[in-house]
Amino acid sequence: MARRKYKGIDHLSSVDRVVVTLMVVVPTLLVLWLVWLPAVGSVLLSFTNWDGIGPISSAKVIGLKNYHDVVTIYPPFWPAVQHNLIWLGVLFLIATPFGLFLAVLLDRELRGSRVYQTAIYLPVVLSLALVGFIWQLIYSRDQGLINQVTGGTIDWYGDQRYNLWAALLAASWRHVGYIMLLYLAGLKGVDPTLREAAKVDGANERTTFFRVVFPVMAPINAIVLVVTVIESLRAFDLVWVINKGRNGLELISTLVTSNIVGEASRIGFGSAMATMMLLISSVFVAIYLRYTFKEQR
Amino acid sequence: MSAVVEPNTTAKALLGKSGRPKPVGGGRGRLATQVFLAVVALIWIFPVGYAVLGSFRDYDYTSKHGYFSLGGFTLQNYKDAWQQANFTHTMLNSAIITVPAVLLTLFLSCCVAFVVARFSWRFNLALLGLFTAANLLPAQALLIPVYRMFRAITVPFWFSDSGTLLNSYWGLIAVNVAFQTGFCAFVLSNYMKALPRELYESAVVDGAGVLRQFFQLTLPLCRPPLAALATLEVTWIYNEFFWATVLLQSGDKFPVTSSINNLRGQFFTDNNLVAAGSVVIALPTLLVFFLLQKQFVAGLTLGATKG
Repeated sequence: MARRKYKGIDHLSSVDRVVVTLMVVVPTLLVLWLVWLPAVGSVLLSFTNWDGIGPISSAKVIGLKNYHDVVTIYPPFWPAVQHNLIWLGVLFLIATPFGLFLAVLLDRELRGSRVYQTAIYLPVVLSLALVGFIWQLIYSRDQGLINQVTGGTIDWYGDQRYNLWAALLAASWRHVGYIMLLYLAGLKGVDPTLREAAKVDGANERTTFFRVVFPVMAPINAIVLVVTVIESLRAFDLVWVINKGRNGLELISTLVTSNIVGEASRIGFGSAMATMMLLISSVFVAIYLRYTFKEQR
Repeated sequence: MSAVVEPNTTAKALLGKSGRPKPVGGGRGRLATQVFLAVVALIWIFPVGYAVLGSFRDYDYTSKHGYFSLGGFTLQNYKDAWQQANFTHTMLNSAIITVPAVLLTLFLSCCVAFVVARFSWRFNLALLGLFTAANLLPAQALLIPVYRMFRAITVPFWFSDSGTLLNSYWGLIAVNVAFQTGFCAFVLSNYMKALPRELYESAVVDGAGVLRQFFQLTLPLCRPPLAALATLEVTWIYNEFFWATVLLQSGDKFPVTSSINNLRGQFFTDNNLVAAGSVVIALPTLLVFFLLQKQFVAGLTLGATKG
């Protein structure tokens, strides 16, 4: 529609054409080179037996053998999958609903809401690595707060019975604030007349929320879902700071990393697991794109 | 990770009063809500507050009297933590990485956003998708090829003293830029699309080429989203841990956040040092939190205000 009216302004001189091309091509090449090429590379490598030492041309295609090996003879794999699932479960079933709940309460704009809101999102500005580091003050065996209060001697970060849960508590501390912010923005965007209409119809606050407000926030819900899944999938920093993801804190992301950067560089193994991560995340990336680009189509 | 939120919300709505009438609730319910929120807020700032408090306590004093005592206040922990963790060095490294990475990210995303918003080409949406999706992929899944590529690419020594892109600041900066450009381009393109096209029309009539339109018209008008994104990106890139840890293997190049890896071992025996170290590491982001809160929240939640 705009094309005819503004016919003149889309006309480009030859210099302009070069400039515009550069403006698109340079960033695109960077992203293709450092994100998409590696993504494809991980997938391709996962089907080969490249040991990372010889030239890459010496690699042979071995089909699904890496995948088969990972799931059958690589002991930390299934614990890592389990830990990632627990991670997702806790964030999704506890931290995310709690963030939503806080957002709903804060959205009532009671006195002091701003202060509470600020306090709750404070951890969001901290890196997860630092979060892991700070919580040591609470968890450490000899001087940590918990053991000081209870007189216990549990090494919360070291003992494999507890360390995953300890890490999850710290991760949730940050996640709640983030989700709270997202939902608070979402709630402010809900058309107020909807609530009024529900009230006129005699719905109480709870019914209004679950039947009217929550469904209206579908785009945000989708985004929160994606954020939660992807954060759980790429959880890394926190456990790497604690013990490089060992001894009860194995995650797929840490296994990939230790297989590549560590002494034993097992490219095939690492790539197979990396491909699994890509596969899972791509489903949720697709959901994300679908919702965020819906209005632009 | 970033998210893009519901349109029609503004930073003002989130941080100030909205025009919506307050829901009427019972006085008691309101009080209970307030008490509950106050308790949650206190619990939430507790870990940071506890770190700040502990950072000022003398180790010998707290180990003798416990943390529930008063007294033994000192600044010594900061001095010790600063020296032992070599914060002068790592802070400088963080700046060397963060500043160029943020500037490049913003510049490149402005370029992409400008073209996407200014010209209605068919591949625009695909292009934005390519950038936005890149921001969401798990970094670890891309590690192997990036690592091997960087190791194989040799660069002159004036560019990186390691001789390859691995273990060089520029390699790390490039990775950060590649990952962050997507989100920023998406946000900026939405903002730029809302700019009136008449502006460009008069600029073209005045004979301004694309470059002049970009630098003299679009960029000055994009100050608000650029401020928000700059705040957010400084925080994120300063906080970036994974790539810095794996791509910079020599400890002397580590930025602050990655140096945490080594600090745990170093401060192992003294929690008050851990506390002081945490406060120092958090300080740049806490400054953002207190001074630029509006920009940070706007960048985080209102990424996609579509007009």
